[in-house]
Amino acid sequence: MLLIHCPCCGVERPEIEFRYGGEAHIARPMQPADLDDHQWAEFLYMRTNPKGVMAERWRHVHGCGRFFNALRDTVSDRFIAVYKTGEPRPDSATASGEGAR
Amino acid sequence: MPDVLFHTPAETLALSPLVGAGTSLRRAALLVRFVFRGDAAAAAKVGAAFGVALPQSPLASERTGERAALWQGPDEWLLLARPAMDGPQAVDALARSLAGEIAAALGETPHSLVDVSERHVALLLEGPGAADLLNAHVFLDLDPAAFPVGMVTRTLFTKAEIVLWRTSEQNFAIECWSSFAPYVEGHLAEA
Ligand SMILES: [Zn+2]
Repeated sequence: MLLIHCPCCGVERPEIEFRYGGEAHIARPMQPADLDDHQWAEFLYMRTNPKGVMAERWRHVHGCGRFFNALRDTVSDRFIAVYKTGEPRPDSATASGEGAR
Repeated sequence: MPDVLFHTPAETLALSPLVGAGTSLRRAALLVRFVFRGDAAAAAKVGAAFGVALPQSPLASERTGERAALWQGPDEWLLLARPAMDGPQAVDALARSLAGEIAAALGETPHSLVDVSERHVALLLEGPGAADLLNAHVFLDLDPAAFPVGMVTRTLFTKAEIVLWRTSEQNFAIECWSSFAPYVEGHLAEA
Protein backbone atom coordinates (compact mmCIF):
# COMPACT_ATOMS: atom_id res chain seq x y z
CA MET A 1 0.00 0.00 0.00
CA LEU A 2 1.20 3.50 -0.86
CA LEU A 3 2.03 5.77 2.08
CA ILE A 4 1.13 9.42 1.51
CA HIS A 5 2.44 12.28 3.61
CA CYS A 6 -0.35 14.67 4.71
CA PRO A 7 1.01 18.24 5.10
CA CYS A 8 -1.79 19.13 7.55
CA CYS A 9 -1.34 16.14 9.86
CA GLY A 10 2.43 16.04 9.37
CA VAL A 11 2.50 12.25 9.14
CA GLU A 12 2.49 9.50 6.54
CA ARG A 13 -0.75 7.64 6.23
CA PRO A 14 -1.98 4.69 4.16
CA GLU A 15 -3.39 5.45 0.76
CA ILE A 16 -6.91 4.28 1.69
CA GLU A 17 -7.35 7.34 3.95
CA PHE A 18 -7.06 9.61 0.88
CA ARG A 19 -9.11 10.50 -2.17
CA TYR A 20 -7.77 11.77 -5.44
CA GLY A 21 -9.02 15.23 -6.42
CA GLY A 22 -7.87 15.71 -10.01
CA GLU A 23 -5.29 18.08 -11.45
CA ALA A 24 -4.23 20.99 -9.22
CA HIS A 25 -3.92 24.70 -10.03
CA ILE A 26 -6.92 24.89 -12.35
CA ALA A 27 -8.64 28.14 -11.46
CA ARG A 28 -12.35 28.47 -12.09
CA PRO A 29 -13.02 31.38 -14.46
CA MET A 30 -14.16 34.47 -12.59
CA GLN A 31 -16.95 35.16 -15.12
CA PRO A 32 -18.11 31.84 -16.63
CA ALA A 33 -20.82 33.67 -18.59
CA ASP A 34 -18.15 35.52 -20.58
CA LEU A 35 -16.69 32.28 -21.93
CA ASP A 36 -17.72 30.67 -25.18
CA ASP A 37 -18.46 26.94 -25.33
CA HIS A 38 -14.98 26.07 -26.47
CA GLN A 39 -13.31 27.95 -23.60
CA TRP A 40 -15.74 26.45 -21.09
CA ALA A 41 -15.06 22.95 -22.38
CA GLU A 42 -11.33 23.63 -22.10
CA PHE A 43 -11.79 24.54 -18.42
CA LEU A 44 -14.11 21.65 -17.65
CA TYR A 45 -12.52 18.76 -19.48
CA MET A 46 -9.05 19.42 -20.85
CA ARG A 47 -6.19 18.31 -18.61
CA THR A 48 -2.46 18.07 -19.19
CA ASN A 49 -2.35 14.30 -18.52
CA PRO A 50 1.44 14.21 -18.51
CA LYS A 51 3.65 11.15 -18.61
CA GLY A 52 5.81 12.19 -15.68
CA VAL A 53 5.45 14.75 -12.89
CA MET A 54 1.92 16.07 -12.34
CA ALA A 55 0.49 18.47 -9.74
CA GLU A 56 -2.63 16.94 -8.22
CA ARG A 57 -5.19 17.66 -5.53
CA TRP A 58 -5.62 15.06 -2.82
CA ARG A 59 -7.96 15.00 0.14
CA HIS A 60 -7.19 13.33 3.47
CA VAL A 61 -10.82 12.37 3.69
CA HIS A 62 -10.53 9.73 6.44
CA GLY A 63 -8.07 11.84 8.45
CA CYS A 64 -7.98 15.60 8.91
CA GLY A 65 -10.44 16.05 6.02
CA ARG A 66 -8.34 18.70 4.26
CA PHE A 67 -7.42 19.09 0.59
CA PHE A 68 -3.76 19.54 -0.26
CA ASN A 69 -1.61 19.41 -3.39
CA ALA A 70 1.00 16.87 -4.39
CA LEU A 71 3.53 16.35 -7.14
CA ARG A 72 3.36 12.74 -8.32
CA ASP A 73 5.20 10.97 -11.08
CA THR A 74 2.53 9.26 -13.17
CA VAL A 75 5.05 6.72 -14.48
CA SER A 76 6.46 5.47 -11.17
CA ASP A 77 3.44 6.44 -8.96
CA ARG A 78 5.98 8.10 -6.68
CA PHE A 79 5.02 11.15 -4.64
CA ILE A 80 7.71 13.78 -5.11
CA ALA A 81 6.32 16.53 -2.87
CA VAL A 82 3.23 17.50 -0.91
CA TYR A 83 2.24 21.09 -0.13
CA LYS A 84 -0.73 22.88 1.37
CA THR A 85 -3.49 24.46 -0.65
CA GLY A 86 -2.52 28.02 -1.52
CA GLU A 87 1.21 27.34 -1.50
CA PRO A 88 3.05 27.61 -4.84
CA ARG A 89 3.94 24.51 -6.79
CA PRO A 90 7.42 23.44 -5.69
CA ASP A 91 10.19 22.90 -8.18
CA SER A 92 10.04 19.17 -8.88
CA ALA A 93 13.81 18.96 -9.38
CA THR A 94 14.64 20.25 -5.90
CA ALA A 95 11.74 18.58 -4.10
CA SER A 96 12.72 15.01 -4.81
CA GLY A 97 11.52 12.48 -2.29
CA GLU A 98 9.80 14.90 0.11
CA GLY A 99 6.58 13.30 1.29
CA ALA A 100 7.22 10.25 -0.78
CA ARG A 101 7.67 6.62 0.00
CA MET B 1 -7.06 3.36 36.87
CA PRO B 2 -10.71 3.71 35.89
CA ASP B 3 -11.24 6.34 33.27
CA VAL B 4 -13.42 9.11 34.70
CA LEU B 5 -14.34 10.45 31.27
CA PHE B 6 -15.92 7.27 30.04
CA HIS B 7 -17.08 6.20 33.56
CA THR B 8 -19.40 3.26 34.19
CA PRO B 9 -19.15 1.33 30.97
CA ALA B 10 -22.58 0.06 30.17
CA GLU B 11 -21.67 -3.17 28.51
CA THR B 12 -18.78 -5.63 28.32
CA LEU B 13 -18.46 -7.23 24.90
CA ALA B 14 -17.05 -10.62 23.98
CA LEU B 15 -13.59 -11.07 22.49
CA SER B 16 -11.98 -14.23 21.16
CA PRO B 17 -10.27 -16.29 23.91
CA LEU B 18 -7.15 -16.14 21.74
CA VAL B 19 -6.80 -12.45 22.61
CA GLY B 20 -6.02 -13.28 26.25
CA ALA B 21 -7.79 -12.62 29.53
CA GLY B 22 -6.17 -9.25 30.21
CA THR B 23 -7.71 -7.51 27.22
CA SER B 24 -11.28 -6.27 27.24
CA LEU B 25 -13.77 -4.48 25.02
CA ARG B 26 -16.51 -2.34 26.54
CA ARG B 27 -19.11 0.02 25.20
CA ALA B 28 -18.87 3.24 27.22
CA ALA B 29 -21.90 4.99 28.66
CA LEU B 30 -23.41 8.07 27.01
CA LEU B 31 -21.34 11.21 26.55
CA VAL B 32 -21.94 14.74 25.34
CA ARG B 33 -20.12 15.32 22.05
CA PHE B 34 -19.71 18.44 19.95
CA VAL B 35 -17.95 19.01 16.67
CA PHE B 36 -16.53 22.51 16.80
CA ARG B 37 -15.08 24.30 13.77
CA GLY B 38 -13.49 27.73 13.80
CA ASP B 39 -10.15 29.55 13.66
CA ALA B 40 -7.53 29.69 16.41
CA ALA B 41 -9.05 32.78 18.06
CA ALA B 42 -12.47 31.10 18.24
CA ALA B 43 -10.86 27.91 19.53
CA ALA B 44 -9.20 29.83 22.36
CA LYS B 45 -12.59 31.24 23.44
CA VAL B 46 -14.16 27.77 23.32
CA GLY B 47 -11.29 26.34 25.35
CA ALA B 48 -11.85 28.93 28.07
CA ALA B 49 -15.61 28.25 28.16
CA PHE B 50 -15.28 24.47 27.95
CA GLY B 51 -12.52 24.26 30.57
CA VAL B 52 -10.16 22.32 28.32
CA ALA B 53 -7.81 24.06 25.87
CA LEU B 54 -8.35 23.07 22.24
CA PRO B 55 -5.01 21.66 21.05
CA GLN B 56 -3.47 23.42 18.05
CA SER B 57 -0.92 20.78 17.14
CA PRO B 58 -2.02 18.01 14.77
CA LEU B 59 -3.27 14.73 16.24
CA ALA B 60 -3.11 16.09 19.82
CA SER B 61 -5.63 15.83 22.63
CA GLU B 62 -6.18 17.74 25.85
CA ARG B 63 -8.19 16.57 28.81
CA THR B 64 -9.18 17.29 32.33
CA GLY B 65 -10.84 14.53 34.31
CA GLU B 66 -14.29 14.59 32.77
CA ARG B 67 -13.79 16.56 29.58
CA ALA B 68 -11.58 16.25 26.53
CA ALA B 69 -10.82 18.17 23.34
CA LEU B 70 -9.57 16.08 20.43
CA TRP B 71 -7.86 17.58 17.34
CA GLN B 72 -9.58 16.42 14.16
CA GLY B 73 -8.30 18.86 11.55
CA PRO B 74 -6.62 22.28 11.33
CA ASP B 75 -9.87 24.04 12.32
CA GLU B 76 -11.91 21.15 13.71
CA TRP B 77 -12.18 19.53 17.14
CA LEU B 78 -14.28 16.84 18.80
CA LEU B 79 -15.31 17.87 22.32
CA LEU B 80 -16.28 15.19 24.84
CA ALA B 81 -17.93 15.78 28.20
CA ARG B 82 -19.25 13.42 30.81
CA PRO B 83 -22.55 14.30 32.45
CA ALA B 84 -22.77 14.11 36.23
CA MET B 85 -25.40 11.38 36.05
CA ASP B 86 -26.10 8.51 33.68
CA GLY B 87 -28.87 8.49 31.15
CA PRO B 88 -30.04 10.39 28.09
CA GLN B 89 -31.70 13.17 30.09
CA ALA B 90 -28.45 14.10 31.81
CA VAL B 91 -26.68 14.07 28.44
CA ASP B 92 -29.32 16.30 26.93
CA ALA B 93 -29.23 18.74 29.84
CA LEU B 94 -25.43 19.04 29.77
CA ALA B 95 -25.40 19.40 25.98
CA ARG B 96 -27.86 22.28 26.17
CA SER B 97 -26.03 24.12 28.93
CA LEU B 98 -22.61 23.64 27.29
CA ALA B 99 -23.90 24.79 23.92
CA GLY B 100 -25.27 27.92 25.59
CA GLU B 101 -22.01 28.65 27.42
CA ILE B 102 -19.89 28.15 24.30
CA ALA B 103 -22.20 30.26 22.15
CA ALA B 104 -22.11 33.03 24.76
CA ALA B 105 -18.30 32.93 24.87
CA LEU B 106 -18.09 33.15 21.07
CA GLY B 107 -20.60 35.93 20.57
CA GLU B 108 -20.33 37.10 16.95
CA THR B 109 -17.16 35.08 16.19
CA PRO B 110 -17.80 32.94 13.11
CA HIS B 111 -17.86 29.25 13.99
CA SER B 112 -19.82 26.02 13.74
CA LEU B 113 -20.88 24.00 16.77
CA VAL B 114 -22.82 20.78 16.20
CA ASP B 115 -24.18 18.44 18.87
CA VAL B 116 -23.26 14.89 17.80
CA SER B 117 -23.78 13.24 21.19
CA GLU B 118 -25.94 10.47 19.82
CA ARG B 119 -24.10 10.04 16.54
CA HIS B 120 -21.13 8.30 18.16
CA VAL B 121 -20.54 5.57 20.67
CA ALA B 122 -17.22 5.08 22.44
CA LEU B 123 -15.75 1.59 22.49
CA LEU B 124 -13.00 1.02 25.05
CA LEU B 125 -10.41 -1.53 24.01
CA GLU B 126 -8.01 -2.06 26.88
CA GLY B 127 -5.20 -4.38 27.84
CA PRO B 128 -1.91 -5.82 26.61
CA GLY B 129 -3.48 -7.21 23.43
CA ALA B 130 -5.31 -4.02 22.43
CA ALA B 131 -2.82 -2.64 19.90
CA ASP B 132 -2.32 -6.01 18.18
CA LEU B 133 -6.07 -6.56 18.01
CA LEU B 134 -6.61 -3.11 16.50
CA ASN B 135 -3.89 -3.73 13.95
CA ALA B 136 -5.95 -6.52 12.44
CA HIS B 137 -8.21 -3.73 11.11
CA VAL B 138 -6.39 -0.39 11.47
CA PHE B 139 -3.50 0.25 9.11
CA LEU B 140 -1.48 2.55 11.38
CA ASP B 141 1.76 1.97 13.26
CA LEU B 142 0.51 1.66 16.85
CA ASP B 143 3.94 1.33 18.42
CA PRO B 144 4.01 3.84 21.33
CA ALA B 145 6.93 5.63 19.63
CA ALA B 146 4.85 6.25 16.50
CA PHE B 147 1.43 6.59 18.16
CA PRO B 148 2.09 7.92 21.69
CA VAL B 149 -0.36 8.23 24.57
CA GLY B 150 -2.71 11.15 23.89
CA MET B 151 -2.51 10.91 20.10
CA VAL B 152 -5.89 10.95 18.39
CA THR B 153 -6.82 10.63 14.75
CA ARG B 154 -9.58 9.83 12.36
CA THR B 155 -8.75 6.74 10.39
CA LEU B 156 -10.34 3.67 8.87
CA PHE B 157 -11.23 0.51 10.74
CA THR B 158 -11.48 -1.81 7.74
CA LYS B 159 -14.33 0.06 6.00
CA ALA B 160 -15.73 2.06 8.92
CA GLU B 161 -14.42 5.51 9.78
CA ILE B 162 -13.41 5.82 13.43
CA VAL B 163 -11.69 8.26 15.75
CA LEU B 164 -8.87 6.39 17.47
CA TRP B 165 -7.53 7.87 20.71
CA ARG B 166 -4.74 6.32 22.78
CA THR B 167 -5.73 7.13 26.36
CA SER B 168 -2.85 5.18 27.94
CA GLU B 169 -0.13 2.81 26.79
CA GLN B 170 -2.49 -0.17 26.63
CA ASN B 171 -5.86 1.58 26.40
CA PHE B 172 -7.64 2.89 23.33
CA ALA B 173 -10.95 4.68 22.92
CA ILE B 174 -12.63 4.08 19.57
CA GLU B 175 -15.25 6.68 18.72
CA CYS B 176 -17.39 5.33 15.91
CA TRP B 177 -20.78 6.14 14.46
CA SER B 178 -23.53 4.29 16.34
CA SER B 179 -24.66 2.52 13.19
CA PHE B 180 -21.12 1.20 12.59
CA ALA B 181 -20.63 -0.02 16.17
CA PRO B 182 -21.93 -3.58 15.58
CA TYR B 183 -19.58 -3.83 12.57
CA VAL B 184 -16.56 -2.69 14.58
CA GLU B 185 -17.48 -4.83 17.58
CA GLY B 186 -18.05 -7.85 15.38
CA HIS B 187 -14.68 -7.52 13.68
CA LEU B 188 -12.93 -7.09 17.03
CA ALA B 189 -14.72 -10.16 18.40
CA GLU B 190 -13.61 -12.26 15.43
CA ALA B 191 -10.03 -11.01 15.17
ZN1 LIG C 1 -4.30 14.98 7.21
